[in-house]
Amino acid sequence: MNGVFVSVGSMMPFDRLTRAMDEWAAANPGIPVEIQIGKGTYEPRHAKWVRKLALPDYQARVAGCALFVAHCGMGSIISAIEAGKPILMLPRLQAMGEHNTDHQLATAKHVGIRPGLHVAADGDDLKARASALLADTGTAPAPISRFADPEFTTRIRAFIES
Amino acid sequence: MGKRVLAIASGGGHFIQLMRLSPAWDGHQVSIATVDPTSRALVSDAPFFTFRDVSRADWWRIPAATLDIAAILLKVRPQVIITTGALPGLIACALARPFGAKSLWVDSIANSEILSGSGGQAGRVCSQVVTQWPHLATDRVEHWGSVL
Repeated sequence: MNGVFVSVGSMMPFDRLTRAMDEWAAANPGIPVEIQIGKGTYEPRHAKWVRKLALPDYQARVAGCALFVAHCGMGSIISAIEAGKPILMLPRLQAMGEHNTDHQLATAKHVGIRPGLHVAADGDDLKARASALLADTGTAPAPISRFADPEFTTRIRAFIES
Repeated sequence: MGKRVLAIASGGGHFIQLMRLSPAWDGHQVSIATVDPTSRALVSDAPFFTFRDVSRADWWRIPAATLDIAAILLKVRPQVIITTGALPGLIACALARPFGAKSLWVDSIANSEILSGSGGQAGRVCSQVVTQWPHLATDRVEHWGSVL
């Protein structure tokens, strides 16, 4: 396991996150940083970057990195939890045109409290926390099964068969 | 043989959540539809389809997405549709409804304070709407569990 993998999500640009982690990469030249920048316009100058990875490659990056940094999207969160990898997140803000609503703040509040999940307040906080988490990753997310709670999928099965 | 099921979701978290529900349609004739062709690697041997994505932010893409989804519906002829959103899932449910397909809208776990925009409309289109958050349940929107 090495380096930092960063993902901003695929639907909308999130240059604030890309820029912050590119700055962090500049300040930490010994640590490999790779950023999946999605639809962003800012192209990293210090970190390695890719626009969009194939889903299996994305999952391999999450599983293989020392620290996963992402927007506060459920795809990133579930991928981190499934991989048992701590995740550091920066929520997208509606006021900054980063998403249609502020639901990522709600996700930070309701889901971000799980062990192994960390939420940064802004770009500077993100950079400070990335350094702290690389020095001490703390608790990993509790392992979960590959599928949702059987009670839930059983109800959906009953709906399909009714 | 089981029922013909279409499990459909947009990319990113919507698709990851859909995959976590897979045991629900085990043994049925399921087809999977999403936006990212590389997602096929996560789908075992079920028929796999992709469509052009659309959201409220780029509503002008609705015709293209609708065309793709209609073509998928014609091939799959689903008896049941399960979707974890977003807007394309709603379009699938709306198009299939006149043909007697029943549909389940599972609102994304990302919507923890208010139902999603499409989820709010889903009540008028889908046979059943469920939220993944107990505190968002109402008399019409039920809480059956969550993907986490």
